Amino acid sequence: MALNWFRFAAPSAFYPLAGRAIPIFWWLTVIPLVIGLVWGFFMTPDQLGGTNAQKEYYRIIFIHVPTAWMSMWLYVVMAGWAAVGLVFKTRLSFMMANAIAPTGAVFTFLALWTGAFWGRPSWGTYWDWDPRLTAELILFFLYIGYIALHSAIDDTRRADRAAALLAIVGLVMVPVIFWSVNCPDPNQCAALHQRSDLTRMEGNILFSMLTITFAFWMYSFATTLMRLRSLILERESAAGASWVETTLGKEGAS
Amino acid sequence: MIAFLSQGGYAFFVWGAYGMTLILLVAEILFLRYKRRTILARIGRLIRMRHSGVKQ
Repeated sequence: MALNWFRFAAPSAFYPLAGRAIPIFWWLTVIPLVIGLVWGFFMTPDQLGGTNAQKEYYRIIFIHVPTAWMSMWLYVVMAGWAAVGLVFKTRLSFMMANAIAPTGAVFTFLALWTGAFWGRPSWGTYWDWDPRLTAELILFFLYIGYIALHSAIDDTRRADRAAALLAIVGLVMVPVIFWSVNCPDPNQCAALHQRSDLTRMEGNILFSMLTITFAFWMYSFATTLMRLRSLILERESAAGASWVETTLGKEGAS
Repeated sequence: MIAFLSQGGYAFFVWGAYGMTLILLVAEILFLRYKRRTILARIGRLIRMRHSGVKQ
């Protein structure tokens, strides 16, 4: 493949490419989402026995785990693009980080919300200052902080750099969340949140969970690219780029 | 159908979690579409102004 990938680092080249990719990502969202939901509600046991007995409310797992995974994964990707932007000074990388943040914040909020609705019937409380819950809440504030810091600085290039630094420093929260349930001694630290083990899960439950995770991942691509296209238009037209007019003319300003 | 909706008596928790997810994801899509239309309208206005020779 003699494809020059760096060509797409130019906003003018990436804009139409993203436009063609968005419908594909929507299909990749909708189809697995429907399969995962139908499978999760109709092909799985109603109640779980064993050491961690759960009634119907365990079905929150099909959105709780995917949203929680996406909240951490999107943060890593966002900080990654922020770092690329700082090192290579590429405009598009900063815009990419910018475009990911709101979707990441939405998924982080949903992980907390669905967790609360699962915690109430299974632990007896909506909220507890458990290490994992607290760390996830801090991740939510980091997303909000990133967005707020960026919008608080008028000069876009300075805003990009400052917010990128915040994103990279905040990256420390991701491994904290990930390993926060591995409390070595229950007398030393109390972790309310269950440990998880994918290899010990019932096959149908695992299938639904992974299918919906894939759907949410594709959803993130679709919304990020939509937001990125708007960002590109805003910034490039403000900078007086002539391609904006030609491209919009060709697309019929749809 | 009733059994499905009641989720063994845990309807509030199950649908509370799923409902918020649905609301936020749909809201995000609608907001993004609204944002795009606003930007296109503004850029369209700027282009027309330029063509009609109005100084910005």
